[in-house]
Amino acid sequence: MSDVAIVGIGIHPFGRTEGVTGLQQGVHAAKEALGDAEIDWKDVQFAYGGSSAAGNADSMVAELGLTGLPFMNVANACATGGSALISAYTTIKSGQFDIGMAVGFDKHPRGAFNADPESVGLERWYGETGLMLTTQFFAMKIQRYMHDFGISSDTLALVAEKAFRNGSLNPNAWRREPVAKDFILNSMMVSDPLTKYMFCSPAEGAIALLLCRAEDAAKYTSKPVFLKAAAIRTRPFGSFEVFSPSLEIERGPSPTLAASEATFEMAGMTHADIDVAQLQDTESGAEIMHMSENGFCKDGDQEKLLHDGDTNIDGKLPVNTDGGCIANGEPVGASGLRQVYENVLQLRGRAGKRQVPGDPKAAYSHVYGAPGLSACTIITN
Amino acid sequence: MTNQKPIADHLFTWPSNSPKLIGSRDTETGRYYFPSKMSNQHEKVELKRRGKLYTWTVQRFLPKTPFIGGDDPETFEPYAIGYIALPGEIMIESRLVEIDPKDLKIGMEMEVTVVPFVKNEEGEDLMIFAFKPVN
Repeated sequence: MSDVAIVGIGIHPFGRTEGVTGLQQGVHAAKEALGDAEIDWKDVQFAYGGSSAAGNADSMVAELGLTGLPFMNVANACATGGSALISAYTTIKSGQFDIGMAVGFDKHPRGAFNADPESVGLERWYGETGLMLTTQFFAMKIQRYMHDFGISSDTLALVAEKAFRNGSLNPNAWRREPVAKDFILNSMMVSDPLTKYMFCSPAEGAIALLLCRAEDAAKYTSKPVFLKAAAIRTRPFGSFEVFSPSLEIERGPSPTLAASEATFEMAGMTHADIDVAQLQDTESGAEIMHMSENGFCKDGDQEKLLHDGDTNIDGKLPVNTDGGCIANGEPVGASGLRQVYENVLQLRGRAGKRQVPGDPKAAYSHVYGAPGLSACTIITN
Repeated sequence: MTNQKPIADHLFTWPSNSPKLIGSRDTETGRYYFPSKMSNQHEKVELKRRGKLYTWTVQRFLPKTPFIGGDDPETFEPYAIGYIALPGEIMIESRLVEIDPKDLKIGMEMEVTVVPFVKNEEGEDLMIFAFKPVN
């Protein structure tokens, strides 16, 4: 089987872009990726794409060209982009096609996401009585985690402070102003223990990636990176998931743990091999818990790691170097692909002011979506 | 007195002076479910009334649709929610009532109750389950 390379990347800046539809942002990212690999749309043999609130990805062919390529729409909540990428990876691995695109875009209204109980197999009263909010889930999961493993509110604020600092170094980020830790701690409480500045917001943006057989990569770029592993897993028994009217008493592992283990196994690598990581930070608590769920530290170690700056850009394991969801917002369809876009930039050595020092060679990404699935990737030089 | 009506008729025993949540038990695996599942393999069970608070938060902004507990941010009252672990059965997500959020503590003992939520178009009180501290 052929290995898979990423040879072109494109982005539409994240944030709010009045007058530009989500679909148009997707087209912008796709054209940028084509330009990056110096190929034409007609050379793209297949595509996977998705958005959660901005239309069907395959309608992009009206703008990109009616080449007749197979274009599959993907919908997997916050893991939509990750799922598009994994589908593209598998398609090339299978030998069916040589080169294809994974694209994700979105454009959400302001404020917290609307939830539809019936669409996720739940009863209407659950939403009607005000129990069905992602923000509550995040707050309750980290609340218990802080209690069990001694994580402080100060550490929650340090995560957000880092996100805004990294975002200020990223011209494509939505939030590009540093925000001080005390300001984050003292901002409006949204869902205890999480304040306004610890949360990401629904937003807009688009990412496109071009993937091809590894042996063809040199045709398109002098700086190919290789997608060594990509895995997605849904929730096991006993995991603490969003939108759960009840949970098992017996607590179990998360889907992230399973996806992460599968990814490392597929890559034949260990955590010590990873030089930079993008971990789903829907809010500060998520980044903290995902550090351990992805196996980068033990439960509770985050308190010291954050205070020592170990996850800063110049730290031992830089995490969310582009500012993550907190600084970029969360356009659901694009979010998981943004992580890989950032990892490609870092491995190419083209991340500008936020470049991780020391010539990073391996990068990890992790995205989590409702109602309980995680997708992880590892890319290398 | 205002008529009272459960928001859904399969969630708790009602009317009752000591209401209980209604779940189901998988007769093969022994696992508990809430809300109850309808299948040959499930039997309906009344769940324990008391359990310990596993985690909590406070909903401090007005939820969007499909929330029916108000639509005016000016009059919106924050409410506490949490998971209560019913020993040997299941953890239930619920509103927490009769307690100031600042007094909420993981591990505290709580008991199920039924409280009015909002009025429906007929002027009836829609009743929901909630948990309150055991005094």
